[in-house]
Amino acid sequence: MKVRRAKDFIIKLISTLVTLLIAVPLLWIIFDVVIKGASALSLEFITSLPAPFGETGGGIGNAIIGTLIINTMACIIGLPLGIATGIYLSEYSNGSRISALLRTAIDTLSGIPSIILGLFAFSIIVIRVGHYTALAAAFALSIIMIPVVSKATEEGMKTVSIDIREGAIALGLPKWIITTKIVLGIAKSSVITSSLLAFARISGETAPLLFTSLFSYYWPRGINEPMASLQVLIYNYAMSGFESWVVKAWGASLLLLLLVLSINILVRRFSTKVV
Amino acid sequence: MNYKSNSFFEKLFKSTLKIAALIVIGIFILLFYSLVERSIPSLSQNGLEILLGTSWDPNFEIFGGAPAILGTLFSSAIALVFALPISLCIAIFYTEYGPVRLRPFISGVMDLLAAIPSVIYGIWGLWTLSPILKINFQEPIIASIGFIPLFSGPAYGLSIFLASLILTIMITPIISSISIDIFSKTPMPLREGMFALGATKWEVIKNVVFPFAKRGVFAATILGLGRALGETMAVTMVIGNSYIWPFKSISLFSSASTITSKIASEFPESVVNIIHNSSLISLALVLLLISISINFVAEIISKKSAGRLNV
Amino acid sequence: MSENKLKVESLSAWFYEKQVLNQVSLDFPDKKVIAIIGPSGCGKTTFIRCLNRMHELTPGAKVKGRVVLDGKDIYTEMDAMEVRRKIGMVFQKPNPFPNMSIYDNVVAGLKLMGIRDKNLLDKVVESKLREVGLWDEVSDDLKRSGAQLSGGQQQRLCIARALATDPEVLLMDEPTSSLDPSSTAKIESLVRVLKNHATVIIITHNVQQAARVSDYTAFLYLGDLIEFGETKKVFESPKNPLTEKYVTGRFG
Repeated sequence: MKVRRAKDFIIKLISTLVTLLIAVPLLWIIFDVVIKGASALSLEFITSLPAPFGETGGGIGNAIIGTLIINTMACIIGLPLGIATGIYLSEYSNGSRISALLRTAIDTLSGIPSIILGLFAFSIIVIRVGHYTALAAAFALSIIMIPVVSKATEEGMKTVSIDIREGAIALGLPKWIITTKIVLGIAKSSVITSSLLAFARISGETAPLLFTSLFSYYWPRGINEPMASLQVLIYNYAMSGFESWVVKAWGASLLLLLLVLSINILVRRFSTKVV
Repeated sequence: MNYKSNSFFEKLFKSTLKIAALIVIGIFILLFYSLVERSIPSLSQNGLEILLGTSWDPNFEIFGGAPAILGTLFSSAIALVFALPISLCIAIFYTEYGPVRLRPFISGVMDLLAAIPSVIYGIWGLWTLSPILKINFQEPIIASIGFIPLFSGPAYGLSIFLASLILTIMITPIISSISIDIFSKTPMPLREGMFALGATKWEVIKNVVFPFAKRGVFAATILGLGRALGETMAVTMVIGNSYIWPFKSISLFSSASTITSKIASEFPESVVNIIHNSSLISLALVLLLISISINFVAEIISKKSAGRLNV
Repeated sequence: MSENKLKVESLSAWFYEKQVLNQVSLDFPDKKVIAIIGPSGCGKTTFIRCLNRMHELTPGAKVKGRVVLDGKDIYTEMDAMEVRRKIGMVFQKPNPFPNMSIYDNVVAGLKLMGIRDKNLLDKVVESKLREVGLWDEVSDDLKRSGAQLSGGQQQRLCIARALATDPEVLLMDEPTSSLDPSSTAKIESLVRVLKNHATVIIITHNVQQAARVSDYTAFLYLGDLIEFGETKKVFESPKNPLTEKYVTGRFG
C-alpha cells in the first residue's frame, strides 16, 4: 500500500512540476518581447518608413499597414469561400460526390504546411504576373482560412435542432431564407469566432509571405506589388544580425504579439459569455 | 431537408454555394498538380538524388536532400518524444491532480502558447534562448561528455538540438489540449468504480483513463507530428541551415537543415535556376508525401483498433 | 351548413415500406375546431403533416390520395410553400427562433419574406400578440429573445407567429402536452376563439381536452379513420364500439 501511495505521490509531483514548467516559456517569451520590444517603440517607429541600411532611426509603418492590407485581402477571399462551403456541407450536401470531394479537399488543405501554400501561390500567381505581389500572399493566406471557417460554420449549423427548422418550414419560408436567416443566424457566433481566430492565425503566418509579397521598404502603392509585412520584417531583421535592426524586429514582434494575443483573449471572453 | 422549390433565388443561392465548393476543390487539385508539374524538371534530371543525395550545391547542380529530409524527420520525432509525456503530465494534472480553480489558467496558457506566431518563437529562439543554451548547456555538456559523438562540439548556437527543443514547446499545446479534452470525457462510472475499489489516482489514470483515451491521444499526437513536420519559421531561424548534420557531424549541437528551412532560406535566390528551383519544389513534394502518408497510416491504425474494440 | 374548407380523399401514407395511414377520407368544415384523437403512434401526426406537406420532407416518405383546399389540390395544383402559408402549424414542443426577438418571431413569416413596412409589422405584432393573450405580458420589452419566455408563453408566441401569415387552416399537434395546467387552460380558451378566423385542426391525446375545445372529432386508430362526427355525438353516442372504448378510457 505504501508503495502504491508513493507512486501516486511521485506522479502527482512530476505532473505538477511539468505543468508549472510549461508556463515558463510562455511567460519568458512574452516578457522578452515586451521588454526588448518596448525599447524600440516610439511614434516614429510606428509611423515612418525603414531607414536605409546602415542608418539608425526609421520605423516599420509600412509593415504595419502591409500586414493589415494583406490580411484584409485574405479575408475577402477566404471568408466567403469558407462560409459558403460550410453552408454547403451542412445544408445542401446530401451525400453527393461534390460534397465528398469537398470534404477531402478541406481536410487535406487544413494539414498542408503553410510554406507549401506559399510555393503554390508563387507558382500560379507570381510566375504568371512576373513579379512578387501581395495578391499572391493574400491568396495563400486565404487557403489557410478556408478550412478553419468552413468547419466551424458547418458544425455550428449542424447543431441547429430539427424543431426549429420545422418551425421555419411550416411558415412557408423558402429553404435559402431558412438557411441564411435562421440557421446561419443561430450559428452566427461560431462563424464570427472562427473568423477572428483565423485572422489571428494568418497574422502570425510568415512562410506563405516569403515568396509572394516578399518585402518592401516603401509605403504600399498597390496590391499587385511586393508589400512589407510585420512577419517578414521580423524574419529579415532578426536574421540580419545588424543590431539596430534586431531591436526593431523585437519592436515589430511586440506589435504582432499584441495583435494576435488580444484577438485570442477577446474571442475567449466572447465565447464564454455566449456559452 | 430536400423539398423542391422553383424560385429564382433558391436556384441562385444553391448555384453560388456549388460554385464556392467547386472553387475550393479546384484549388485543391491545382495545388497538387502545380507541385508535381514543377518538380518534374528536377526529378527527370536527377531522379532519386533528391531523396538519397547527401550534398547540396546549386553551382554544380547537385541537389541531394537527404540531410534536410532527415533533419525534418529527426527534429519532429524528438519533439514528439518529449512533447507527448509532457502533454500527458499536463493533462493528468488538469483532470486529476490539480485544483479545479487552476483549470482556466492552464487552458489559457495552452491557448496562448499555441497562438504565438512561429516567427516570434524564431526570434526568441535565435536571440534569447540560443546564446543562453550555448553557454549554459551546450558548452558544459560538450566539456563533460563531448567524447560521445552525439554530444561533441563545437557548440553551434544554432543547431538541430535547439530546433527540436523549440518544436517541443510549439507542439505541446496541441497535444495537451486534445488530451485534456479526451481525459475529461472518461465516463464517470468507470472512474468512480475504480476509486470505489480503493485505487489511487495514478492507478485510476493508468487503468481507466489511459486505455479509454488511447485512440484520441494517438490522433492528437499525429496532429502534433504534422504540425512539427511543416513548421517553417521558428525552425529556419534556429537550426543554422547547413548540411553539417548528420553526415559531417552527428552531434546534436551541430547546425542542420530541414526541408522547410531549406526552402525558406534558398527559394528566392533559386528562381533564376530552373533545376535549383525545381529541386526545392521536389523537396516540398517529399514533405507533402510524408505528411499524407503519416495521416493515412494513422487513419488505418485508428480504424483497425476501432474495429477490434467494437466501439 | 358551413362549407368544407379542407377535403381529404383516400389519403394513404408510408414511411419506407411501413404503411401509416390507410385511405383516410375526411371533410373539415370551415371555421370550426376539429379534434383528432387516437392512441399514440396511430398516425395522427403523420396525418396532419400530410395536410401541410411536411410529411414529404421525411426520408422515405410516400403519400397517395388527394388533399383539397378550397377546391385546389395542395399536392398537384399548389406550390409547397404556398400551402404552408395558408395552412399553418403549431408543434408539440414550442420552437421559437432563439436568435430573434419576440417581435421578430411573430412577424418571421412576413419579415423574412421581404415585407419591411414598419407600420404594418407593428400592427401585426400587436394584434397577434393580443389575440393569443401575450400582449400585456410582453409588450414592455418586445426586443427580448423569444427563447427567454416561459414554456406556456413560448407556445403562445409560436401560435401568434403561425397566425401572422393569416392562414386559413391552423394545424396544432398536441400543443399543450408539454405545458403546465394553467398554460394549457389559456391555450384551450384561445383555440375556441381562433376558429373565428380559421379552421383549427388539433391533435390531442387527452380526450377530455378534445371534448372541451372541439366542434367535431375524428378518431384515428392504427392508420384508419374509425369515426368522425360532431363532438357531442362522438362522445355521447359513438357509432363504433372501438370509439366508445377509447373515449371512455378503456384503452389507449
